[in-house]
Amino acid sequence: MNRSDLMNALEIKDLTKEYKGFKLDNLSLTLPTGCIMGLIGENGAGKSTTINSILGLKKYDHGTIKVLGQDMNAELKQDIGVVLDEVGIPQALNIKNVRSVMKNIYSNWDDKAFGDYVKKFSLPDNKKFSDFSKGMKMKLAIAIALSHNAKLLILDEPTSGLDPLVRDEIIDILNDFTRDEGHSILISSHIVSDLEKLCDYIAFLHKGKLMLCEEKDVLLERYRFINATEEQLSELDPDAIKGKKTGKFSTEAIVDQELIPANFRTAPITIEDLFVFMAKEEN
Amino acid sequence: MNIFIDNRSGAPIYDQIYNQIKDLIISGELRENDPLPSIRSLAKDMRISVVTTKRAYDELEREGLIYTLPAKGCFVAPQNTEILREQNLKKIEEHMVEIKKLAASCKLTKEDIIVMFDILDEQE
Repeated sequence: MNRSDLMNALEIKDLTKEYKGFKLDNLSLTLPTGCIMGLIGENGAGKSTTINSILGLKKYDHGTIKVLGQDMNAELKQDIGVVLDEVGIPQALNIKNVRSVMKNIYSNWDDKAFGDYVKKFSLPDNKKFSDFSKGMKMKLAIAIALSHNAKLLILDEPTSGLDPLVRDEIIDILNDFTRDEGHSILISSHIVSDLEKLCDYIAFLHKGKLMLCEEKDVLLERYRFINATEEQLSELDPDAIKGKKTGKFSTEAIVDQELIPANFRTAPITIEDLFVFMAKEEN
Repeated sequence: MNIFIDNRSGAPIYDQIYNQIKDLIISGELRENDPLPSIRSLAKDMRISVVTTKRAYDELEREGLIYTLPAKGCFVAPQNTEILREQNLKKIEEHMVEIKKLAASCKLTKEDIIVMFDILDEQE
């Protein structure tokens, strides 16, 4: 199968998983091949549940998931680069050991690429993994994920704990990864500004539900800030208002530009603004 | 080829790209059959979404400004420069009508306007 002919890297339909006190409710998401999708949500929103379900690490109650056109299986894992919060590397290993272990796990292991990343990230050759700082652990996980010719990267908070310079470098590396049109990325992060730079699509998860999934640039074009009185806001189409913050002197609202009169003065939003305003409105 | 994106201007990014490439073609800086960067490499080099560059290129193709050769890429289409010149002349005329209106409201004469134009010219 020529994988780069695949329309979608990920197809999730009606994914449902219920725990005590939480329900991931009929989540449907599609990640087209060659694209980058960012998953944004508060802690406990369902991001990790979704990712674990995709990777087959957790059973789900209902729904279908197709990864690179297939049901998850052991062979498929060769084509998927994964970075999760729990970096599953035995504590006693060092970089040299990791290399030999990975060579045996991944049939397409690219040792030169791994060596280049180790150097780029300044990872120490002889230190035991247990002595790595959190930042170093994340960098190692990312280096591994990028060194076995994966077609799809699934990254759960891959830059948490990393300083702005390193994060910028990693965003660049992820950007380069998708220069190949057969490469796709699903990435969840709290650092929304990183996702805003990198992603083609943005999905908002809140309390187990998908609040939206849209092209990033469409979100930034369509939704804008306005400052107005409560009275002026009440005159607008209620569907136009995505969320608001009432202040002492005026109310700040995020609106759908297409549904308000043309003469309103608007200001640009960030994706983070949009999420916070929409989530608060939901509550 | 130089393209600049202004994130804060409020103009949609695909629109900015579309307009800048269109201007480069009309001005002749990009010539008939010149290759354009691929949709993907343009997106990645500019750190913007491929969805957006694709939209800009689709629009350029719809307008007949560029054409695509499968597996080869996108190229500048032969332009009917006469028609484009006509379009620009018309725009200049429209601007002139505006200037006349505004000049009248400020009680400026034709000579005053020409002086203003000369000053602008010198400043460039």
